[in-house]
Amino acid sequence: MTTEVEFINVSKSYMNQHEAVDVLNGVSGEIEKGSIVTIIGPSGSGKSTILSLCNLLLTPDEGEVRIRGKDVREWNIQELRRRVGIAFQGAPMLTGTVLDNLSLPLRLQGRTLEDPKKYMEFVGLTEDHLSRQAKELSGGQRQRLSLARTLVNDPAILLLDEVTSALDSLSAHEVEELILRINREKQTTILWVTHDQSQAERVGDQTWLVIDGKVVEAAPTKQFFVKPKEAQTKHFLELRREYK
Amino acid sequence: MSLIALLFSFGFVIFSFFLSQAFKLGLGRDLIITSIRATIQLLIVGYILNTVFGFENPLAMILMLLVMVFVAAKNAAKRGKGLPRIFWKIFLTISIVEIITQGFLLGLQIVPATPQYIISISGMIIGNSMVIANLFLNRLKAELEMRKEEVVLVLSLGGSVKQSIYPILKQSIRSSLIPTVEGQRTIGLVQLPGMMTGQIIAGADPVQAVRFQLLIVFMILFAAVLTAIILGFLIYPGLFNKNQQLDISAW
Repeated sequence: MTTEVEFINVSKSYMNQHEAVDVLNGVSGEIEKGSIVTIIGPSGSGKSTILSLCNLLLTPDEGEVRIRGKDVREWNIQELRRRVGIAFQGAPMLTGTVLDNLSLPLRLQGRTLEDPKKYMEFVGLTEDHLSRQAKELSGGQRQRLSLARTLVNDPAILLLDEVTSALDSLSAHEVEELILRINREKQTTILWVTHDQSQAERVGDQTWLVIDGKVVEAAPTKQFFVKPKEAQTKHFLELRREYK
Repeated sequence: MSLIALLFSFGFVIFSFFLSQAFKLGLGRDLIITSIRATIQLLIVGYILNTVFGFENPLAMILMLLVMVFVAAKNAAKRGKGLPRIFWKIFLTISIVEIITQGFLLGLQIVPATPQYIISISGMIIGNSMVIANLFLNRLKAELEMRKEEVVLVLSLGGSVKQSIYPILKQSIRSSLIPTVEGQRTIGLVQLPGMMTGQIIAGADPVQAVRFQLLIVFMILFAAVLTAIILGFLIYPGLFNKNQQLDISAW
């Protein structure tokens, strides 16, 4: 197996009112090509920051993030961001129609989208949706459109930031199925941040637990949930079971 | 106007002061300070203009124009505090607008090349550019706070810095020009412009005064559009870091 994404001792802090706050602290890990890594952890633990470092929407303060063996800072930035696509939690849309939004990635390159129908059908939307205002779509439809828009760039790596957390259970299930299909059919490597632990267990090949900016445990998903090694992982999973 | 008459006109300020006190508006101190400040500034300018107009040397006039641009840029730069080299960007913008506008007026001999005309008209151009720069920066900041997500979205899809900021830049430029455009719509219908009023009071033919005012209106519109566009394009690269990430935390 080839390593697609590699974190080498990565640290990141933010300035909060003239004070540096550590968000990530010495994160290391490897992600295999074509695999799905689910990233879980409490709110504010640094999960989304891990994603944003992969396509240089944030820059590490220390350490390196490598995509296909090359430091993200050495990539042509536009090419990197097309190769490493991201879908955000709220599925933000630009003002305009569904087609305007779907074709955005190619318009940015001065090209036109030849076959919008293909992408719409792939994510379970119809051609009729194309002329509708994107901001008027339901949450589930927006998230599908957001994924389709990211797919227009044909990314090899997909970063998913809580993409189903704002959706009702049916829509969440459908979007989840869609992502699994993308992974199967396109061999896309996926880093999937989710607060839903049963989702993480269902979809992941590997699971990482991030607490206070550190990867506490990274293990094959089955092993992670059935036989966690670290005390902090056990405690975190127990808390969730008690809560349930 | 005699000094006694001017002194009497200060009665307006005194009267406003007492109204403010009576209705507890809390404006009394500001009213007095603003009035005294305006008096001192205008008196000083009056004497400076008197001196500059007396000089044959155009350097004195250029120096005066530079001071005007400097003060205007300093004032507008406060709105962009935290943005890289904001003072110089505004200084450059206003200077370019002033040079192009004056170059047009003088080059085509629309106005005579005398300090009286150049300095008075420059005052209008520079003052107007300063207001536009203020409005533009205000609007840009508000738009960026509201639409940061859109910028990040375009960047994440492989868009360039310019592509990600362009819709916001366009909106900010448009919004900053609205007061200028709107203000010219009712011109003459509701209020007579200050300069035209001044000319008429000084005894000029109203038709000549109107012609001159029209020149000013067209010039102000042009200067406003130019200011917003130049400033917009000078500022946007500084909103991003070298890794093409939106970086406005210091603003």
